[in-house]
Amino acid sequence: MILPWIVAILFIGGVLAWVAGRLGPQWPRWVSMIVLLIHLALLVAIWAQYFGQLTLSSRGPWLIEFNQPWIPQVGISFYLAMDGLSLLLLLLTNLLGIMGVLTSWNAIKERVGFFHFHLLWILSGVVGVFLALDLFLFYFFWEMMLVPLYFLIALWGHENRIYAAIKFFIFTQASGLLMLLGIIGLYFIHGQSTGVYTFNYNQLLGTPLPASTALWLMLGFFVAFAVKIPVVPLHPWLPDAHTEAPTAGSVDLAGLLLKVGAYGMIRFLVPLFPQAAFSFAPVAMVLGIAGILYGAALAFAQTDLKRLIAYTSISHMGFVLLGIFAWNELALQGAVIIMLAHGLSTGALFILVGDIQERIHTRELGRMGGMWSTMPGMGTAGMFFALASLGLPGLANFVGEFLVLLGVYQVNVAAAAVATIGFVLATVYALWMMQRVFFGPNREGWKLPDVNAREATIYAVLMFFVLVLGIYPQPVLTTAKHGLDNVQRYVARELDGAPPFDSSAARLRSDNDHANPPSSDHRSRP
Amino acid sequence: MTTADMTSLLPFIVMGATSIAVMLLIAVRRTHVAVLVTTLVGLAVTLIILPAVSSAGSRQVTPLLILDSYTFFYTGLIASASFAVALMAYPYFRDREGDHEEFYILLLLATLGSAVLVASNHFASFFLGLELLSVSLYTMLAYSHWRESSTEAGLKYLILAAASASFLLFGMALFYAELGTMELPAIIAALEGRVAYGGLLLTGVAMMTIGIGFKLAVVPFHMWTPDVYEGAPAPVTAFVATVSKGAMFALLLRYFIQIGVHTQASLFLMFGLIAVASMLAGNLLALLQNNVKRILAYSSIAHLGYLMVAFLASGPQAVAAVTFYLAAYFVTTLGAFGVVSLLSSGGKTEGWTNEYRDADALEDYRGLAAREPWLAGVFTAMLLSLAGIPLTAGFVGKFFVVAAGASAALWWLVIVLVVGSAIGLYYYLRVVVIMYAPFPVERRAITAPLSISLLGSVVLAVLAILLIWLGVYPSPLVSAIQAMVASLL
Repeated sequence: MILPWIVAILFIGGVLAWVAGRLGPQWPRWVSMIVLLIHLALLVAIWAQYFGQLTLSSRGPWLIEFNQPWIPQVGISFYLAMDGLSLLLLLLTNLLGIMGVLTSWNAIKERVGFFHFHLLWILSGVVGVFLALDLFLFYFFWEMMLVPLYFLIALWGHENRIYAAIKFFIFTQASGLLMLLGIIGLYFIHGQSTGVYTFNYNQLLGTPLPASTALWLMLGFFVAFAVKIPVVPLHPWLPDAHTEAPTAGSVDLAGLLLKVGAYGMIRFLVPLFPQAAFSFAPVAMVLGIAGILYGAALAFAQTDLKRLIAYTSISHMGFVLLGIFAWNELALQGAVIIMLAHGLSTGALFILVGDIQERIHTRELGRMGGMWSTMPGMGTAGMFFALASLGLPGLANFVGEFLVLLGVYQVNVAAAAVATIGFVLATVYALWMMQRVFFGPNREGWKLPDVNAREATIYAVLMFFVLVLGIYPQPVLTTAKHGLDNVQRYVARELDGAPPFDSSAARLRSDNDHANPPSSDHRSRP
Repeated sequence: MTTADMTSLLPFIVMGATSIAVMLLIAVRRTHVAVLVTTLVGLAVTLIILPAVSSAGSRQVTPLLILDSYTFFYTGLIASASFAVALMAYPYFRDREGDHEEFYILLLLATLGSAVLVASNHFASFFLGLELLSVSLYTMLAYSHWRESSTEAGLKYLILAAASASFLLFGMALFYAELGTMELPAIIAALEGRVAYGGLLLTGVAMMTIGIGFKLAVVPFHMWTPDVYEGAPAPVTAFVATVSKGAMFALLLRYFIQIGVHTQASLFLMFGLIAVASMLAGNLLALLQNNVKRILAYSSIAHLGYLMVAFLASGPQAVAAVTFYLAAYFVTTLGAFGVVSLLSSGGKTEGWTNEYRDADALEDYRGLAAREPWLAGVFTAMLLSLAGIPLTAGFVGKFFVVAAGASAALWWLVIVLVVGSAIGLYYYLRVVVIMYAPFPVERRAITAPLSISLLGSVVLAVLAILLIWLGVYPSPLVSAIQAMVASLL
């Protein structure tokens, strides 16, 4: 019964926060905070309770399950389940939710209750997506989180918010409908071949599909996930939505919304359509590399600080896509770590921009400069997260990107080599950003208050997690492995023998990699 | 005619008797409230006896009417919608000039006509029901005669409905010429196993489709829709959008799915083109509108296009999908027009609307969320349901329609449906955005609360609850519909 509560607490909390708004602007903030802390306590308790079982060989695929019929006439059930992967992403969701509330503490002054209602409902939808194992339920949560986010951008965003909100909504909704077609197609094919009409993920796994049908259905899923990640030709909504959203909205967008796309690929796309996914992998990897380079190049060209960070997301998420479609343990572990690290570091950068904007009322890079002297505290935080973003060893992003490159190298050396250029470009844009904001002459003569206690807390917490993830990622890797083993097992069962692109040379190399600690238990494929 | 026949006919008799009662009541004493109450009681009695009558099983009463669970289900839907329309009409007409009491007679007759359409099993009852509905509608549309656009709407509808009815009759005549019968069971039996229809039959179906298509307002028979929606009093628009279209679609399902017209490639193509054109034209033209009623008019064209996709899928699953979608669409559309109607009520409120116009310009809705958060919230929910967003009935409905289309492998139609829905989002969101925009400066002076009638608010609250309920827990309705469909096909 704990799983429905994990979703429902946020759902109910949102309504409570809205109602509390009538009592005064402080009330919804505290209500949201308390709700999120309770939520966090639940998640941590689950993690602590099950951590020991994660590595047991006798464990089942799911740590906790909850299954109730919902619309039994058409085989829809309210099926939630948690494994290590979803647990990690839930923790990230909660953490960024708390940061979102904290960073909005003073920034949001109008309709505070309504704002927190939307904030918590977004989180509730995201949590639902990470837990849902009934495809209809998954689609339900997938679409449900869009509406509050739309309102968050449209009501509390910056200058061009309506345009950005509508663009975001139409991109994600239209692509979501394509996924719905994929889901329904799979549902009927499964039903016709087995006589069991169901949306249950476990039962749909291994549905025999003709290759061309599988490719079309897979593409339906891919487009929906690719819009969220975003993969390059489908990214135009992202810079606008990120830039115009209020800070908490940007944090949720970057930290969570982009992750549901990657999560969807790991959990649903590849396991449900392994053959199609592997034949599509080269294309996806090229798209991933294109994203890495394109995002980095465009980030460099931006004059709006928030837009710059938005484009870096495209670059980072390119690594995730690359890692997922390399589909070996190293690359997948790397992808998960990037998802977490990107959520933390980019979330922090968006909060930083929000704090700067609150002080100088602009995001124009041209008007910034020399801020280190007036705000050394914020400069330090900025430097830290910029270094994290460029992949400095010892910080979280490095671990992820390094693992992805290792994994990709086993599969395709050329792809790994080209993707490495992303590191160089990341260094360029991150340092360039620091130079323009914090160093150089203070042309406008800014005299600004440095970080206050609330802001310092936010930065400190995020720095702590970025550091921990960078220095000692093992507990996280262990937890992620629990979930990744699940999906990898399904896929391996489906694919007899090696996927087309996994050459025997690459396999040999992976055997040689056994000395490498993270890959010590690495089995590319049984 | 036996007693059992009369018992089965009881819901129809009650509706007819209520209209006569209202008429007599007006002759004795004109009281708006009393007339409303009588109407509501009549409809409520109809609704209450429906389950009992329905449990008696299906029954053919005279060659004209078939009273099966399908009929009773749709009659229930129609009577409930009329109940809501009557409740909206009261605050809408209360403060306006003129006599309002006759409106309820027309409403009851139109409801009866719709119920006859749903129960029709013979071309004669088809035409009788259609005319009963149409003739009442002419007057209802023109009921707020102090507005030119209302008279225009009535006249436009009169001319076009009469023209389309003649096509319909021609089509029926062709059927009769070919098969020598006008009874649906006999037609089904005669066409059983016929591989290809002759020219007469194909023309007959096409001609009948013109008559039906006009009522459904599918492209290319949709020209009247925006003008009539805009001109008609808001509660009547709600009625046209729900009861009139729903009854006709129920009839379309009963006749054409049982006859099996989709097995003819040419007819399938015709319906397919109608569906595609409706989905695209409805959604694209809605983008250009600045009037909420017109936006909803074009959106309804698109929604009927979605329904056509499910209709073409045919089979029990499609009938169930259409029925669920129609139920969800009834709730949503009644809610949306309920908001428009409530905002247009209270004719004396200065500055917002007045006696001579409805609150239908997009600008009327600017800042509504700040002024009337509750109304704006309900309207937002209804618009999101039309757009098919989760937690609302529209989401589940759209899901069933897409599933029905996919189960019959109508991929192209389903893809057009998806494209149409994506376009549709834009204009629904446009209305939502305007409602949550800051309150316009020139209206800041108006501080008096709008006189939103309590009655209307209760109707909206019930509709909103239904909307969420169907969106979150549709299982009971799905069961009911599946049981109903199982008995039909």
